[in-house]
Amino acid sequence: MLYVLQQLLKNKLALFGLVMMILFCGAAVFAPVISPHPPDKQYFEGLTLEGAPLPPNKTFWLGTDLLGRSLFSRLLYGARTSLIIGIAANGAAVLIGAFLGIVAGYVKGLLGTVIMRFTDLMMAFPALLLAIALAAIFRPSLWIVALVIALVNWVQIARVIYSQTVALVEQEYIEAAGAIGAAWPRILFIHIVPHLWPTLLVWGTLGIATTVLLEATLSFLGVGVRPPTPSWGGIIYESQSYFLDAPWLVFFPGIAIMLLSLSFNLVGDALRDALDPTQRGRQ
Amino acid sequence: MLIFLAKRLSQAILILIGVTLITFCLSFLMPADPVRMLAGRSATQATVESIRKELGLDKPLPIQYLKYISRLVQGDLGRSYKQKTQVSELIMSRLPATLLLMAGTIFFELLIGLPAGILAATKRGRSADNWIMALSFAGVSVPQFVLGLLLLYLFAHIIPIFPLGGYGSLKHLILPALTLGISGGGWYSRMMRSSMVDVLRQDFIRTARSKGLTERSVVLVHALRNAILPVIAMIGLDIGIFMAGAVVVESVYGWPGIGQMAWQAIQMVDIPIIMGATLVAAVGIVLGNLLADLVIPFIDPRVYLR
Repeated sequence: MLYVLQQLLKNKLALFGLVMMILFCGAAVFAPVISPHPPDKQYFEGLTLEGAPLPPNKTFWLGTDLLGRSLFSRLLYGARTSLIIGIAANGAAVLIGAFLGIVAGYVKGLLGTVIMRFTDLMMAFPALLLAIALAAIFRPSLWIVALVIALVNWVQIARVIYSQTVALVEQEYIEAAGAIGAAWPRILFIHIVPHLWPTLLVWGTLGIATTVLLEATLSFLGVGVRPPTPSWGGIIYESQSYFLDAPWLVFFPGIAIMLLSLSFNLVGDALRDALDPTQRGRQ
Repeated sequence: MLIFLAKRLSQAILILIGVTLITFCLSFLMPADPVRMLAGRSATQATVESIRKELGLDKPLPIQYLKYISRLVQGDLGRSYKQKTQVSELIMSRLPATLLLMAGTIFFELLIGLPAGILAATKRGRSADNWIMALSFAGVSVPQFVLGLLLLYLFAHIIPIFPLGGYGSLKHLILPALTLGISGGGWYSRMMRSSMVDVLRQDFIRTARSKGLTERSVVLVHALRNAILPVIAMIGLDIGIFMAGAVVVESVYGWPGIGQMAWQAIQMVDIPIIMGATLVAAVGIVLGNLLADLVIPFIDPRVYLR
């Protein structure tokens, strides 16, 4: 564990990612304390006399949106939406994927075949189209969006965990454990699952990057989290037709989405290198 | 080879049957009743019932599914509820735009991804490698719509070189293809790098070097041919993914591809179009994988032996 942390801190990119991650989490948790304006309040002085949004200025640091609301405050609260959905959806996807992958890899037989053929089937589905269709079917709330993303994203995790479980089950020490009479729960939870933790940790981090992007995309298409809940993709959706005149309304939320996704990508990638024993000692 | 092909084909057909089953079930989960939407608010109960009968929506679900499959086998994807045209015609009319965007995207993905990945692998651990990997992560972390809007703002508004969207000429293609190419190129460069790093470590590379070959020919001839295999598999996957159309980029640039059609159909609950587009995408994904499986043996004949 200490070794992993050391490796992370040695890698400059991962360190950058970790700092960004902490900053975003801080922004999300302390949004009510940090934000200079309430996120839903429409300011009369937040619009020009013609009713156009204001560019960044002293009162509204990142400018205002089409309704005269403070963009900075909305971005802070939007971090909550992104992180909650990112963590919940990815957590659910990892749980579903790990469960199905372990069952298919350990039980094998008919059940295993059915599960793996089903993941093949899901791989043949256009994921984004499926997510959009699902989101359009269930009138989306925060948790529904998370659920939809989880339903689309578990497939890869299931495949990775499946192939690892199959490789583990064939190891001789598992056979030995079976031969001395260990019951299946003991074999599964003491001898197999601990070896899967690194993979789950890596996917639990990397997956959030994908999830954040997918949530932003759904909100951008208008089938994500509903207004007035602030969401970064949603802010861009609302101001899309206006973006040539008010580019900051696309630029700032866009940067936020990118940095959040980037930070999880960087940390996840560094974790993968640090947790992979074959990479040890190599540069 | 033939056995391998037959096996893959039968798997593909099974997957496609599964796909039709799922799309079919999904279409009946839609909360809005397509008949009501077609008939309009003021329609009488009798009109609603007659439309329902006309569309065959009054029959039990298994029968509807069997009818759907039997028409499908004859190449009939059904008629759009809203537009009153054959779905297959609608898809065919969108196909050129979709294929064009796909070709442009894969071109940019390779143009960005391959040189970047090769360079990073040969400069492994040095600052060029770190920079390329950081940039590739940035590329895959930008949402497509943000990149699309940003490119539009820069290259169609501030410096008006390209049109603000639409379809028709090569100039229309460049920005949407570049948008998709940048995010895809990030993945390609990472894959190219890791595959190249593995190959450069092998014995035959040492042999090639000790023969006195230039580094250039070692990397670009001997190593590349071996390292390119996963990239080809990925192109196969990409072909399939882009058959579904790039919903987001098509919506940003007003590109009339299959993705835009599917997106409009989802908003209007035009079920036959949604089912048709999903099916075309699934066929594309299955065929793309199959295509990659067929091309790889030509580059690496050892595949035959496995």
